[in-house]
Amino acid sequence: MTNFMGNNSSLRDRFMNKSGDGGKEMAYTVVGKSVRKVDAVAKVTGKAMYTDDFFERDMLVGKILHSPYAHALITTIDVSRAKALPGVEAVLTYKDLPRISYATSLPGMIGADLDDNEDLERIKIGTAGHPYSLDPAHRDVEDRHILTKKARFVGDAIAAVVATDDLIAEKALKLIDVKYEVLEALTSTKAALREGAPLIHEGCEGNILASGGFTIGDVEEAFKESDHIFEGEYETSIVQHCHLENQTSYAYQDPDGRIVIVTSTQIPQIVRRIVAQALGIPWGRVRVIKPFVGGGFGNKQDVCIEPLNAAMTLAVGGRPVKIELAREECMIDTRTRHAFQFKIKTGINQDGKINGIHISAISNTGAYASHGHSIASSAGGKFRFLYPTKALKFDPITVYTNLPVAGAMRAYGCPQLFYAFESHLEDIAKRLDMDPIEIRSKNLVEVGYVDPISKTKVMSCGIRECIEKGKALIKWDKKKALYREQSGEKLRGLGMACFSYSSGTYPVALELAGARIVLNQDGSIQLQIGATDTGQGSDTALGQMVAEVLSLPMDMVHVLSTQDTDISPFDTGCYASRQTYVSGMAVEKAALEVKGKILSFAASMTDIPVDRLDLLEQKIVYKHSGESVLTLEQVAMQSYYDRVLAKPITSDVSNNARINAIPFGVTFAEVEVDIKTGKIKVLEIYNVHDSGTIVNPKMAEGQVQGGVSMGIGYALSEQLLFDEVTGKPLNNNLLDYKLPTMMDMPDIGVAFVETHESTGPFGVKSLGEPPTITPAPAIRNAVLDATGVAFNRLPMNPQRVFEGLKEAGLI
Amino acid sequence: MFKRIAFSVNAKAFNFEVDIRESLLEMLRRLGYTGTKKGCGVGECGACSVLIDGMPFDSCLYLAVWADGKQITTIEGVAAKNGELSVVQKAFVDEGAVQCGFCTPGLVLTTTALVESGQDYTRDELKRELSGHLCRCTGYQSILKAAEISLQEHSCSCVDSPHHKQPAAKIEER
Repeated sequence: MTNFMGNNSSLRDRFMNKSGDGGKEMAYTVVGKSVRKVDAVAKVTGKAMYTDDFFERDMLVGKILHSPYAHALITTIDVSRAKALPGVEAVLTYKDLPRISYATSLPGMIGADLDDNEDLERIKIGTAGHPYSLDPAHRDVEDRHILTKKARFVGDAIAAVVATDDLIAEKALKLIDVKYEVLEALTSTKAALREGAPLIHEGCEGNILASGGFTIGDVEEAFKESDHIFEGEYETSIVQHCHLENQTSYAYQDPDGRIVIVTSTQIPQIVRRIVAQALGIPWGRVRVIKPFVGGGFGNKQDVCIEPLNAAMTLAVGGRPVKIELAREECMIDTRTRHAFQFKIKTGINQDGKINGIHISAISNTGAYASHGHSIASSAGGKFRFLYPTKALKFDPITVYTNLPVAGAMRAYGCPQLFYAFESHLEDIAKRLDMDPIEIRSKNLVEVGYVDPISKTKVMSCGIRECIEKGKALIKWDKKKALYREQSGEKLRGLGMACFSYSSGTYPVALELAGARIVLNQDGSIQLQIGATDTGQGSDTALGQMVAEVLSLPMDMVHVLSTQDTDISPFDTGCYASRQTYVSGMAVEKAALEVKGKILSFAASMTDIPVDRLDLLEQKIVYKHSGESVLTLEQVAMQSYYDRVLAKPITSDVSNNARINAIPFGVTFAEVEVDIKTGKIKVLEIYNVHDSGTIVNPKMAEGQVQGGVSMGIGYALSEQLLFDEVTGKPLNNNLLDYKLPTMMDMPDIGVAFVETHESTGPFGVKSLGEPPTITPAPAIRNAVLDATGVAFNRLPMNPQRVFEGLKEAGLI
Repeated sequence: MFKRIAFSVNAKAFNFEVDIRESLLEMLRRLGYTGTKKGCGVGECGACSVLIDGMPFDSCLYLAVWADGKQITTIEGVAAKNGELSVVQKAFVDEGAVQCGFCTPGLVLTTTALVESGQDYTRDELKRELSGHLCRCTGYQSILKAAEISLQEHSCSCVDSPHHKQPAAKIEER
């Protein structure tokens, strides 16, 4: 079987190249290639199984009674008529939920104790998908019951029904008699912050969930040294993720009484922990399984329906119960993106160099904390890397209101903050009569910058090259000159905006990832990861990394797409744009361990010293020549069946990434504003990203296009609307919400500047979330360029633009 | 109330009683055709599209009883019986038009109907034809490209069309 490869020049060249100089010039064979997405065929043939595609015999249906009032106390709740309806198996209210004093009991107490003693405190939970913290001060605010006695927004879960089918469950909901004492609905942060406003959560004075950011240097001193001081106010609206698959889950008890939950989530391990906490049971009593997920964008980085689903199955003796949210429910009773109001003050010199920035922000978290103040703080933390200044002060507050709960959404506070700052900087450039690119260039970060707070060092930075590339793509100089003299009813303009982000949450939170590899008899491998693919393609990217290390073709790498807390290695999940970077480290480590074991095993078979061997294209080869000594399959077979040496080759590793990497990028946009109608048309838009090495160009392009389209929706049309008095949602459906359709999308141009990030596996930095950050400010700045009117509030929908143009005297 | 209906799904014949309140979407999923996805249930998102006698419909808005006498194609019936992907499926895979995959079955089916219509479409017409399908992952770029590539190779039943190709023989009903 031994095969000499001396004549195979292409293989040899590649081999020599790989082992040659190493380092930056290392050529990858699988990483960097647009290999086919590992689940694409399953998804185009309808074979991919999502949560709702699994059937359990006699599955019951769980439905939720939502509050019709934004702020109300339940005075009485009578479920007797609902319970009497044939086909109803259980009705749950706050009275049935576990109390802290029972927190160590085993499952089964749900529904068993109906004593309506309100003084006994019931368990409250925090729902955010953050890793647990051993430090109590660092944990999420626990302000929520599974079912509430006090409604805090229209849609709050008051009661729940388990029935034999949908129609009976719906009917039963109508038979629950609830009497409310209606309280004043605080539908804006202004109303919630008003002196004497009613408290949404007892003990939370002023309805302020949290406040505080950071200070670098002395901003007041920096302002004194500045030639100019500029101030601006900017505002964003509430938007929703609108993943195509609504939140859905089903739960049952296995024969040992453990609760099994199959759910559409980004964070199975965190779901398991929060369900256990909510029910006051040991964490090991809960098992969570994540099949294919139909998009999440952060909304599924939160625990919305699973604790209730677990309570439902316990209430019916462990029989399977399914909760499938309707779109209208999903749009108000899961999570939204925080609306922000910003006040920014900047001190700048005549030459465009910024001395100091002071950003104040009010973040609207809605009725419950969820991710709470983390959104504001995290955005501030990511902003610090773009324009380092002598002095920067960020002081956000996060406020409760009687609106749906805000949580994580793609880029976690950054679309808000960068919209505000990049708009502000554009306004400054205009006032100083500077080119927008020039003013940014004067202030951009350089490689080697160390953030004074996180101590994270910028190891790679391609932002300047990104700007150059974007500028050329959109033909900036040519069009700028062309549009200088314009008149008529349709005006064109150019705009741009930059961002910085991060790759994971370190040092704020734990960044643990796990990977497991098994070498099969035929030399193929299974890769198990705790990282969750929710459509973005992490399974493929991580599979490519293994293929790279082990020099395997992709069809020899089987990635297990399902995560199961009983089986999968521990990983905190899909959020913070962390998986390619952080989970990639674990995967690389696992693959290197397997490679080492393969070579050791081959050494034991051949008596060739292990350091003389390497793995190349499914063969064990001499390192110096590329000459083949064994096939990988021979080693694999021997590792399973050798009567003396057999020891199947596997690895099971965990990686605690105590490091971070900063990706950068820019959006360039060209718009045409129809003065008569206020309609903005995006003519051209380019996103150029420095995300380090691009693992899979085609998938990366897809991430950017999807993010840009979400950013265009954020800029131009999307907004959840509420009645100002009652807090009732007005457009919680896909028809009225104005999600962009194919007809609304311009061609989206994508380009990359590939730096090599030395801290990342294969030189990668994050890519999934960043594309959605800067389309809105770039479009806003282009509209300013076209019309001279600054739109400081999102979305810039035709009505708002029309009003703005009218105010400015253009109409 | 129940009513007996006879119909076919991917050329397999069915004949049974359905609850007159049930939607075609619910019935198909109950029969195990779970590739048909529910994104809204009220005809806003297009995820549940199936072909009824070759025409794309939102199956959530189509009552199961109306399927009487119809030939229904779901995503499970698009690939050849030996598993070979159709031109449209292949284009979606190759162009990276699949991310989370929840909108994919509906889009593949509508694109299939466009291909089978034998007509040519401009880019804008294609965008309009596909605009009933919402996608949050891709920004539609790769989907549009996949549709364009699918149409380049489309077969057409019009004998005078440059894309003329004999259509596959219709499967006998029941």
